[in-house]
Amino acid sequence: MTDAVRVRGLRKHYQGSTAVDGVDLDIAEGEIFALLGPNGAGKTTTVEILEGFRKRDAGEVRVLGEDPQRASRRWRYGIGLVLQSASDMADMTVAETVRHFARYYPDPRPADEVIDLVGLTAKAGAKVRTLSGGQRRRVDVAIGVIGRPRLLFLDEPTTGFDPEARRQFWALIRLLSAQDATTILLTTHYLDEAETLADRVGVIAAGRILAVDTPAELGGRATAEAEVSWIEDGTPRTLRTAEPTAAVRELADRLGPEIPHLAVRRPSLEDIYLDLIGSPQ
Amino acid sequence: MTASTTERPAPIERALREPSVVSLCAARAGVELRQFFRERTAVIFTFALPVVLLVLLGSIFDKQIAGSGIPASQLLVAGMIAAGIGSTCFVNLATSITSDREDGTLKRLRGVPMPPIAYFAGKIVLVLVTAAAEVAIVLAVGMAFYDLPLPADATRWATFTWILLLGVIGCALLGTAMSSVPRSVRAAAPIVNLPFLILQFVSGIFIVPLTTLPAPLQQIGALFPLKWMAQGFRSVFLPDSAAAMEPAGAWEHGRIALVLGAWCLGGVILCLTTFRWQGRKDG
Ligand SMILES: Nc1ncnc2c1ncn2[C@@H]1O[C@H](COP(=O)(O)OP(=O)(O)OP(=O)(O)O)[C@@H](O)[C@H]1O
Ligand SMILES: [Mg+2]
Repeated sequence: MTDAVRVRGLRKHYQGSTAVDGVDLDIAEGEIFALLGPNGAGKTTTVEILEGFRKRDAGEVRVLGEDPQRASRRWRYGIGLVLQSASDMADMTVAETVRHFARYYPDPRPADEVIDLVGLTAKAGAKVRTLSGGQRRRVDVAIGVIGRPRLLFLDEPTTGFDPEARRQFWALIRLLSAQDATTILLTTHYLDEAETLADRVGVIAAGRILAVDTPAELGGRATAEAEVSWIEDGTPRTLRTAEPTAAVRELADRLGPEIPHLAVRRPSLEDIYLDLIGSPQ
Repeated sequence: MTASTTERPAPIERALREPSVVSLCAARAGVELRQFFRERTAVIFTFALPVVLLVLLGSIFDKQIAGSGIPASQLLVAGMIAAGIGSTCFVNLATSITSDREDGTLKRLRGVPMPPIAYFAGKIVLVLVTAAAEVAIVLAVGMAFYDLPLPADATRWATFTWILLLGVIGCALLGTAMSSVPRSVRAAAPIVNLPFLILQFVSGIFIVPLTTLPAPLQQIGALFPLKWMAQGFRSVFLPDSAAAMEPAGAWEHGRIALVLGAWCLGGVILCLTTFRWQGRKDG
């Protein structure tokens, strides 16, 4: 399997400060990869270097086999983008906007279909400036997928989405992945989003990749200690153990057929993430 | 290649329907025109400005210019055509490109497979359409209120055409270069308008004839295209006897072509060296 994205030793400085500090990254074709990290971690900088918007200071970058800094117009046929912020096309309608961007690609998806996929059919005739923040964002997503990209970059695509819109977006991403085997690189601050969508997640902080793994395995999550909690003699008790089943069996023997307020909790992706970035919980 | 990559629909291989550069230029022109004309108030004010100025100035300079028999208002009309081109091509274009840079238009276009020429083609069409409309409106007002005679002979129309074209191209190139100066759209209006206002003043747009201005101001005006465009349009619409009111006492067509041509060339160089697709904050 070839890699859609291959990054080695990527570095980027802004007057004095280092935004990306030696990032290595491989994303396989057809993979959904989520990049997580606190504000200012270097996610947007990394993604925009891969998209060909920013120049790197050091390192090796291959995206769909080309160096984005020197890529051709044809290379762009294979790339879809959802940038972190945009407010263009304000006086055009949703349908006009999506149709306009369809014109740049040799084999675009039908505009109406894409508008429907992002749930904007009812707003197709509305001017973009009249849309709510989340609806505006969906226009960006529509533009990102209109050209049937082989590789789709999404920088915080669901910021401002209501829960239903987010589910709809997830369904769209799964559809693109299943139907066209689109490779997807997304950044997000929503750990549930990363967990439900991503084949692998990468955690970045202060410009360095701290861990890359599947959401289930990240930071030793699969083998991490579970937390067993219950109430005994009227006081809450908790126990961290690598063998929660044994602990529960022992408790059941001791406290009778039903253990009061029993809960067994595996560390969530959020626990692991906060642990990795060294945040006090 | 592995099996998993070959079974995917490969848009690059289906390059049969690759969009042509011409069709993308047309697509951009469509967007530019629609966006401009949908901003109703901006449209009205853009086209009303020279008309209002003309009417106001026409009520101040309402006499014939001494010893020439030519109404001062007709000099104003010719100058206002030049100023109208300056405002649509220089001021409006500079602010619209600054705004494209700020609202993400340029970045978005950079990220889609658009040949850069398509963006500029869209702007050229916008500028040509708005400049033509502006010129037509000023001419109509001049004919209706100030008895401006339309030239009957082809030579004058030919002069009109080349001055119009060189003026539009030069102003548009300078507007494009100017768009890189303001840091934001809010800064753009004052930054672009102030030099344009000064230029109109020293180019004899507001005060006619030009020779009534102090000589140093005239010399500053003579460095820039606006003065030469105004002079050129006077040569089109006024009788040849009016040439006596020009600083050099002649229409100086050769010099007009030279100055405007030089500004076009300089404008190209300025644009090529200063144009930025991204805002300063985009790293
Ligand atoms: N154009 C720029 N000029 C100077 N510094 C910049 C620029 N862009 C980003 N930075 C700095 O680089 C660092 C990384 O920024 P970046 O935008 O990549 O973070 P991020 O991970 O995308 O954050 P967020 O989650 O808030 O979007 C930050 O410290 C930021 O201040
Ligand atoms: Mg970011």
